[in-house]
Amino acid sequence: MELFNPNANIPFMSWRRISVTISGILVIASLLLIFTRGFNLALDFTGGTLVEVESEQALDTGAVRAALEKAGFGTVAVQSIGGAKEVAMRLPPTEGSISADQAQVETAKRVQLALAEADITVVVKRSEFVGPQVGKELAEDGAVAVVFVLLTIMLYVAMRFEWRFGLSGIVGEVHDIIITLGFISLIDMDFDLTVLAALLTVAGYSINDKVVVFDRVREIFRSARKLGPEETINKAINNTLSRTLITGVTTFMALLSLYFLGGPVVENFALTTIFGIIVGTASSIFFCNPMLLWLGVSKSDLQVVKKEDPELALRP
Amino acid sequence: MFDFPKWKFGLVVGLVLLATLYSLPNLFPQEPAIQISANRGATIDEVLQGRVEGALKGKKIEYFGLVRSDNRLMVRLPSADAQLLAQTTLSEELDDKYTVAMNLASTVPGWLQALHAKPMTLGLDLQGGVHFLMEVDQKAARDQLEERYVSELYQLLRTEKIAYRSVTRTRDGLSIQLLSPEDRAKALAQVTSKSPDLLAEEAAAGDPNVLLVRIRPEMIVAAQKATIEQNITTLYKRVSELGVAEPIVQQQGQTRIVVQLPGIQDTAAAKKILGSTATLEYRAGNDSANAVEAANTGRIPPDSKLYYDQSGNPVLLKKELIASGDQLVGATSGFDQQSGTPMVSVTLDSAGGMRMLDFTSENVGRPMGVVYIERVPETRVVDGKELRTFKETQTVISLARINGVFSTKFQTTGLNSSQEASELALLLRAGSLAVPVDIIEERVIGPSLGRENIEAGLKAMAIGTAFIILFVMFYYKLVGIVTVIGLGVNMLLLVAILSVLGATLTMPGIAGIVLTLGMAVDANVLIAERIREEVRSGNSPMNALKAGYEKAWGTILDANLTHVFASLAMFAFGSGPIRGFAITMFVGILTSMFSAVTVTQLIMALIYGRQRKVQAISV
Repeated sequence: MELFNPNANIPFMSWRRISVTISGILVIASLLLIFTRGFNLALDFTGGTLVEVESEQALDTGAVRAALEKAGFGTVAVQSIGGAKEVAMRLPPTEGSISADQAQVETAKRVQLALAEADITVVVKRSEFVGPQVGKELAEDGAVAVVFVLLTIMLYVAMRFEWRFGLSGIVGEVHDIIITLGFISLIDMDFDLTVLAALLTVAGYSINDKVVVFDRVREIFRSARKLGPEETINKAINNTLSRTLITGVTTFMALLSLYFLGGPVVENFALTTIFGIIVGTASSIFFCNPMLLWLGVSKSDLQVVKKEDPELALRP
Repeated sequence: MFDFPKWKFGLVVGLVLLATLYSLPNLFPQEPAIQISANRGATIDEVLQGRVEGALKGKKIEYFGLVRSDNRLMVRLPSADAQLLAQTTLSEELDDKYTVAMNLASTVPGWLQALHAKPMTLGLDLQGGVHFLMEVDQKAARDQLEERYVSELYQLLRTEKIAYRSVTRTRDGLSIQLLSPEDRAKALAQVTSKSPDLLAEEAAAGDPNVLLVRIRPEMIVAAQKATIEQNITTLYKRVSELGVAEPIVQQQGQTRIVVQLPGIQDTAAAKKILGSTATLEYRAGNDSANAVEAANTGRIPPDSKLYYDQSGNPVLLKKELIASGDQLVGATSGFDQQSGTPMVSVTLDSAGGMRMLDFTSENVGRPMGVVYIERVPETRVVDGKELRTFKETQTVISLARINGVFSTKFQTTGLNSSQEASELALLLRAGSLAVPVDIIEERVIGPSLGRENIEAGLKAMAIGTAFIILFVMFYYKLVGIVTVIGLGVNMLLLVAILSVLGATLTMPGIAGIVLTLGMAVDANVLIAERIREEVRSGNSPMNALKAGYEKAWGTILDANLTHVFASLAMFAFGSGPIRGFAITMFVGILTSMFSAVTVTQLIMALIYGRQRKVQAISV
């Protein structure tokens, strides 16, 4: 069975002006979103308050979560601790709090009231403040991880292929990550450590995709003598198109089942990755390869390096 | 390419069997249990076993599988409720000589355990775990800071040859007792010029021979901040030495640290490591006064302090500190080559080493004592209220003559057993907490949410995999079926390796596995698409098959290696959950390269390699 016509020759490269313009617009829009709207950073990065409550009757973590969400606390992580009658809630820091202690008292009280609204009577057992500096550290570590992942990828690709591939690969990666970040900002997703992991996954997946196309570009450059750079790149994209889409489909299947069945912990992870993979796949075709062309990749750059024969060089 | 030698088949079959064996333990669920371990001085014996059984029978708690070993007693219980009840009952029954902790007992059969096959541990989000809240003792931090400056002042006075009586810590600061107002003036000038961290009072207090010195307030604040940071670092190291894959060590509020140990339910061991703080202090021995006499009469020389050694004999040591725990760089346990007794080999930092060199070069042949200070937090119920107290023991563990001049490297002998030596070395190696950290709260995170998560995760994994399998088999026919077998092998290998590595499985980890599966198919898609291309371009079926594998290999290698590098960078620079995810991805990529290429190639060779004339490849 074939889903795609193997002999198709879709002129992807002749759409490069349009596709790169769209990419540019998306990146600018995403940057605008990121800088104006920002992120809904989760407790992992911001610090916040932890409230532990105890009740006479068994507490349903789902009901507690719902009650808090109704009261406008946003997404609250609710975990049962040491038995069914006690729950811990991790709340984002209250805005305009004067001091850490004050914030704690206020949040604990508000939690108690919110739960009382939903007919859940609780006693606040403990409330703690999570230092924002810890979150800052995690955020910094995360940013450093992203940067290093990108750099290692670029170095590897530049070494295995050629610097133009490395450069267009990295620009493509940054493009994918910025647009994914824009998406996160747009839908106001809780940005926690799992979302950071998703971003790194997107970086890995999208470079995987780009390398497969680059590999084919190199192969065709080396074997086909008559094709110019534009035809070569276009042919490489078409040849690998079936693989790109099939792999996309299988990865999608895994991610969709994670999104719908994996529960709240991996929901954001799955959503971010799904979006990122769409962007990554599209950019391998519509963005990185035009970049490659503009950087002036040519057949001679990819010849297997042979020892130069001085006699050959002298011949006309 | 398709003529595989027999050994290669054997190797692959062997690996698959091995992987099956080592992923097997994951199928055995863990059972709730109570673990009783002895603290210093107490023993686990038949008497204790009798008490435990009596207490459980008295409360009519069902139990089974009671196992007693030299250092712990395990009791298995039928349910989590019974476990909780048993813990409360037993902690009341046994006093503070024993630690009663909830644990999970393995049900993996003995023959598998003998092969060191163990299940993957589940993260805090999947099965709960231990949660500690620890308080850093800021008063002790202050005390220590002052002690350090007292030592510094002693040294300053000596090097500048200013006659002094003593340096003491008072409520107002550090007070230097000198012999004359002239000496006081000299000391004032020296302190002002040589110790920028200290503020010496110009005006003489009541006594004209006394100089009052204060530590600059910004120094105290900086020291307190450094204390918290140092504690977080050392706690993290200690926790890592406990074998926890993704510990959480975070600052909470001003003086507290949260420690979460996923997968570990053995609070006893964790508490011992985290809660007690051991510090070593190297002090000069006082051999000019008689220690026994000082102990009897209570007349202790002003420059000395009275300690006791392990057998209770009095020892006099000078107040001046030579080196302390925070100057320790490393400590390893071993056996002393001369006496054969357990010892800890100690390395000091350059500051500590320099002072040690100064001291030992002037004092060869004189005694030097090592004070082992241990603080263990205790909880007592007084009048219905919980009372937190600390038991601090200062014991001189060795009083030895200095045999030669040494600086940063030397040995501490005189430990009771090799167990104590290695335990002490562990505590010291972790950087030695400069300031005591007390556990003020200890909780076991309930498994309810964990159960929900693991169920959801497994369901997502099963359904996602089922869809992938159906799709691949439908789309690539026989090659698809072989791919699915490869995926199965990949799964087995991944689980086996993660189990053997002792990795902790978290929710992001499950996501990582599902994702690895999705991407592992990529290698096979590359191969299958290549075979199709070769068939289309008119190659014979067998040649197409060979060329498919050959040409796809280069691409697979490049694509996967970039991934490997990405996961390595993620591991090196990420923290906590990111790391768990990175490990899963790293292992997953390696196993998928093996199973997607080598294993499927072998199967293809089995199917097509023996046919004399291959008509077509089912792809």
